[in-house]
Amino acid sequence: MNKFNHPYYSASQAIIGSNTPNLKKNEESRKKLSNQRIGMIVYRVIVYVFLILLSLICIVPFWILIVNCTYQSSQIQQGLHWWFGNYFVENFQGLLSNTNIPLKTGFINSLIVAFTTAILTVYFSALTAYATHVYQFKGKKFVTTFILAVMMIPTQVASMGLVVICNQLHLLNQIWLIIVPAIASPVTYFYMKQYLESVLPFEVIEAARVDGSSEIRIFHQIVLPILKPALAVQFIFSYVTNWNNFFIPGMLLQDKTTWTLPIVIAGLKASSPDTFDLGQVYMLMTIAIIPVVIVYLIFSKAIIKNLTSGAVKG
Amino acid sequence: MKQKTSTEVRSPSLQTRKRHKKISYSKYGYLFLLPFFIIFITFSLIPLIQTIYYSFFEYYYQNGINQVGPNFVGFDNYVTILAADSVFWKYLGNTLLIWVIGFVPQIIISLLLAIWFTDSRLKLKFSGFFKAITYMPNLVMAAAFGMMFLMLFSQSGPMTQILKALNLIPEGLVVSQDSGWVRAIVAFINWLMWFGNTSILLMSGIAGIDESIFESARLDGANATTTFWKITLPLLMPIFVYVLITSMIGGLQLFDAAQVFTQGTGGPGLCAKTIMMYLYERISISKNYGAAGAISVLIFLFTGILSIFVFKTLVPNYNAVKAEAKAYHKRQRYLKNVKNAGGQSHE
Repeated sequence: MNKFNHPYYSASQAIIGSNTPNLKKNEESRKKLSNQRIGMIVYRVIVYVFLILLSLICIVPFWILIVNCTYQSSQIQQGLHWWFGNYFVENFQGLLSNTNIPLKTGFINSLIVAFTTAILTVYFSALTAYATHVYQFKGKKFVTTFILAVMMIPTQVASMGLVVICNQLHLLNQIWLIIVPAIASPVTYFYMKQYLESVLPFEVIEAARVDGSSEIRIFHQIVLPILKPALAVQFIFSYVTNWNNFFIPGMLLQDKTTWTLPIVIAGLKASSPDTFDLGQVYMLMTIAIIPVVIVYLIFSKAIIKNLTSGAVKG
Repeated sequence: MKQKTSTEVRSPSLQTRKRHKKISYSKYGYLFLLPFFIIFITFSLIPLIQTIYYSFFEYYYQNGINQVGPNFVGFDNYVTILAADSVFWKYLGNTLLIWVIGFVPQIIISLLLAIWFTDSRLKLKFSGFFKAITYMPNLVMAAAFGMMFLMLFSQSGPMTQILKALNLIPEGLVVSQDSGWVRAIVAFINWLMWFGNTSILLMSGIAGIDESIFESARLDGANATTTFWKITLPLLMPIFVYVLITSMIGGLQLFDAAQVFTQGTGGPGLCAKTIMMYLYERISISKNYGAAGAISVLIFLFTGILSIFVFKTLVPNYNAVKAEAKAYHKRQRYLKNVKNAGGQSHE
């Protein structure tokens, strides 16, 4: 029997005729809802496709890098490889014995510079932040605004003066010249200060004072442990920044034995890039990049979390 | 009564003790600041003053060996550098052009990512993974990126071959000899390194917006587009300002990738020579300290002016929107209260 001929149907139609528009509306809204659901699915698919594409763009360079350092120069020139070859060991040994590329000293110098600068930056930034956070003294406001203001100055701007001074004092090619300035790092100071403001209660310091701890001991035994998460993240950032730093080291370190890795890479000069031993060059870049990437991937969760929370405050 | 007097008597002594305490501790404040300031003054402030000082001098090494000067020449260095036919303008133009080519897609993509990562209806899976991966290039040595792209796009490099196979570049073209391609690749490196960072900044900006504002907008029937343009974007302004300023200052400092990708030459027709490469060349290679000082001071001023300008134009806009949102909230709360009061009286 046809639905529309059903007596109940027509009766109900007759009785509650005024309700029909409502029924229609319901159907429409249901349609709208399913449309919305389909729209959401399409939207989600688009988002995922886009995100996967972006991730590929970010990963592919590293993949090419690692894959290519396992091939011979002539093989690399023939085209793009997507899977590993078997020249890894040869390339590594070739690079080590290549007298034009100071890999060993470069790696060790980079390690020394990055490690010591990271420690100095983190420790002294925390100390400076502690000084401006806990103590009341004349000129405190000036000090904090001063550090904030100099944060905006690009470090390269003062590089010329530094080079001239170092020239006059015959201080070129000294690695400590790259390391010591890390003690004054306004950006890290700012981060530490914000962190201290959110985590350090004055009562703890007061209590330690009552117990007779000296001020520097309070800093070492109470404040530094509280700051641990901030110290760790800033250590990684500082390490990476200095591992990658090129501009000022490139000016001050002219002797090959003092070069850091970025200078070594920038120093790969030839009449044409095609005349490099490409396997060795890819190996060199892998050595320069991959350790940092691995460390990052291990700590990425903490780093991203810290970046996010730091930015909200800032 | 007795108690009151006792506190009155005690309070001055307490105050003096407190003041005494402050004085005795303040020396630690200075002491702990000392390392920072000693190092800052020796390695940043004095060099900066030297830079400014020598920018008024004729001071260079002829052929890199024979020292000339320093002789005071007033503003001569500035006049030479700022002359209409000076290369300074060309390099500044290069720098800004490369920055813009990288920044426009960067801000758009970062904004999209930030919205997606924070969209609760989207329920994105693996967002931690995507965040980690897109941020990763930021930590990579820009010099190494420059060298890698140089090799990928060399005459027989794999990327050149792929582009040729796809007919995207004509047969005879050498990518590293084409100014358009060189600029695009340097800008691409810049984009690749910074879009993840920007999206995380914007994301935390969006996460910082009061959820109830979105809710009330939804209740008022605002769709996603309206919500984005009328609420998310204006309230994101402070983070936007921050991203814009820091990106611009970073863009002016563009050096590593361009230097290595062009092998220090500045590319074909000096098309990718940035202002920092100019400074580097003046200090390290031609050893013209007078000119280098003037360039440094100009970069310094340029950075400062741009920051102030962007701040001044964007911040009031944000304040207005925020005030409006605040007023709206107040109204809503008032209406709610009235409603509640009405309901209660009815009962």
